[in-house]
Amino acid sequence: MEASTDVARLPVKANTWDKVRGYIGEYGLIALLLAMPIVYGIQDISQDGSLARLGNNVVDGLSNGAIWALVALGYTLVYGIIELINFAHGEVFMIGSLVSAGLFGTLGLTVATGVGGLILGLLVILLVAMLASGSLNTMIERVAYRPLRNAPKLAPLITAIGFSFILQNVGILWIGGSPEGIPDLINAQKELFEIGGVSVSQGDVLAVAATIPLVLLLTTFVGQSRLGRAMRATAQDPEAARLMGINVDTTISLTFLLGGLLAGAAGLIYALYQTTIWFFQGFTAGLIAFTAAVMGGIGNLQGAVLGGFIIGIIQQISDNRIGGEWTPAIVFAYLVLIMVFRPQGLLGEQTREAG
Amino acid sequence: MSAAATAIRGRVENRTLIALLVALPAILWVASEIDMDLFMAFVLWVLIALRALFHENRAVARGTIAALAAWAIILPFFQDPTAGFIEDATLALAYTVFALGLNIIVGFAGLLDLGYVAFFALGSLTAGWFMSGFVASAGGGEGWSFLVGEPASTLPGIHMNFLLVIVIAVIVTTIAGVLIGLPTLRLRGDYIAIVTLAFGEIIYRVVLNGDELVIGGQEITNGRQGITPVDKVDLPFLAPFESLELRPWYFVALAFVFIALFVNYRLRDSRLGRAWIALREDEVAAASMGVPLVRTKLLAYGTGAAFGGVGGAFLASYLNTVNADQFQFSFSIFVLAMVILGGIGSIEGVVLGAIVLSFINNNLIPDVFNDYPSKVGLDFDLTELSFGIFGFLLVIMMVLRPEGLIPERRRQMELVQHLGAGTTTGVGEAEERTIEARA
Repeated sequence: MEASTDVARLPVKANTWDKVRGYIGEYGLIALLLAMPIVYGIQDISQDGSLARLGNNVVDGLSNGAIWALVALGYTLVYGIIELINFAHGEVFMIGSLVSAGLFGTLGLTVATGVGGLILGLLVILLVAMLASGSLNTMIERVAYRPLRNAPKLAPLITAIGFSFILQNVGILWIGGSPEGIPDLINAQKELFEIGGVSVSQGDVLAVAATIPLVLLLTTFVGQSRLGRAMRATAQDPEAARLMGINVDTTISLTFLLGGLLAGAAGLIYALYQTTIWFFQGFTAGLIAFTAAVMGGIGNLQGAVLGGFIIGIIQQISDNRIGGEWTPAIVFAYLVLIMVFRPQGLLGEQTREAG
Repeated sequence: MSAAATAIRGRVENRTLIALLVALPAILWVASEIDMDLFMAFVLWVLIALRALFHENRAVARGTIAALAAWAIILPFFQDPTAGFIEDATLALAYTVFALGLNIIVGFAGLLDLGYVAFFALGSLTAGWFMSGFVASAGGGEGWSFLVGEPASTLPGIHMNFLLVIVIAVIVTTIAGVLIGLPTLRLRGDYIAIVTLAFGEIIYRVVLNGDELVIGGQEITNGRQGITPVDKVDLPFLAPFESLELRPWYFVALAFVFIALFVNYRLRDSRLGRAWIALREDEVAAASMGVPLVRTKLLAYGTGAAFGGVGGAFLASYLNTVNADQFQFSFSIFVLAMVILGGIGSIEGVVLGAIVLSFINNNLIPDVFNDYPSKVGLDFDLTELSFGIFGFLLVIMMVLRPEGLIPERRRQMELVQHLGAGTTTGVGEAEERTIEARA
């Protein structure tokens, strides 16, 4: 099935539909992404005379998007190296949230804790949550994906779904079946400053400020370090990488570890920002983040981050204007449209198949 | 030793015999727990044993399949017709229709569909629109009925004959299947999975929030409340079905299963079925041999979806409600787990998987095993964890026995003996794919 799409296309003549599809792929996606902000921007100006409401949507969207970006990086790393949609990744993120929320109590962090203690405590929790999610992700790879490396491609996808259900049930056993409120440690909704009617809250600043260094660390690691080079080599051609003395199994484990670490960090940020945790949060987050990864171009690290921010903004606008109950449907509609008209995403795929 | 015994010995490994002997008390125990008639359970074991022992003999195979069909037809006369076993058995049969439909998409054509619940939803909705009081404005508020008897014909809303509704549901879901299939035509296997999942979620959201979508003064669905009540099945020349006499429901569901089985068998052995299997094994090779990719794939989606519509319309009437909670992603996985447990592409396996999983879901987990955690001092409700159990099952099956309980022969060759041209992730070493003569 791999690499077959182009060859399989041969018997079908390049007809008008293909041309239309090409044009839509080229410009349509960008137009589609801009459609919602522009429409609501015009509406805002004509009604309120300012863009403040849209600006607020964008700011909230960026901080949501920071979380999706961290999760999307995990999808894109794994897809880049073994071409598997790690379906359980959203649940790894959820476990990261649960671990963080559990540690709030263990470390005695409450709303009353002072700034120094809070920063120290949160750093400890960040480390623990990252390690927990990272090792969980590596374990899943070892148990559910590695034995199936030579099996048909759909087999690991099915075990991934299986693991995602198992982890959701771990979540149910842990905190029960309904969303649970947790202490609002950082006072996330408190306004920090305001520019031209657009208010920026503490949660927004924290989400973006915690994400950027992590993303920079990751890109530097993948781009500069020896292990990162091994990862890129394995992504390009596993056989050749093996011949060059790279331990492919270790490299794949490392990829899962990195993805899990970021998901754990995202879990903590999500818990702080949303102040609610739920066993089901990983499923929706996983799909949204996957959409982000595809939007940016799966296998492409910068693309995943860009996609995360874009999806965050779309989601926020939709939450605010259309209604939260429709947001998943809108995000999925975007996913389908991207898959159909521009499967290589905004920045282009960096996988074996796409070259 | 008699000649017959030697003949059996020659054909069967000891493993099969041991499995059958273990299965007897297991079947009887499960049967007693789910209020199934013990005599019928024993007969079932005998039939399964015959099928397993003489699996190479075509005459015996056909005979046992016919006998199993007859067994399923007389089963309700040994059961209490008001509730209990027969109620769950009807549900299991409806799920079997779903599983057989999904088997066409996933098993034959190899297109992983994670949004099968969309077709269940559309089939159910069709029944909800045309077989209930939901469309209150129909006939100027007086109601509009077509070929139905009392009391449905006098009530407000649209009331159409069940068979007509089935036809409409099939048309609607087939079109939906083709429409959902269209965008996936040029995608890779795992992308197909995600796109179908996305469609399933979109349809779930539409059903869930359909009370906000108003077309011509009529909401699409009733939102969270669901559409209820739905008319009972009303077949020509028969009295309308009742909720306290479940045998007719069982027979209707069984008839749908027989139709689904017939279609599955005939399609599998047809030109189209061979094209599907060729496509599943190697898309490039199939295309270069002249298999029309677009048409073949879309036919797989359309046919598979049609069974989802049939099962959905039946369940809407049987469960007397069309509720968004039924249409969540987990149901798609539930049906997928049936196909995988039984054996992807294996028709008999899929039927077995569907029946086993629906009884695990409807009986064993909520009724039989539910108090086990508290017995050993654990504090949780097993029903909450049913999908964790199915997830575990998916992982275990894929790692230990990817070919399923009753493997399809082609897939067994590919998975167990590594003879086929299965696509690999490219990471593996060629040496590892040595021929392994198991089974």
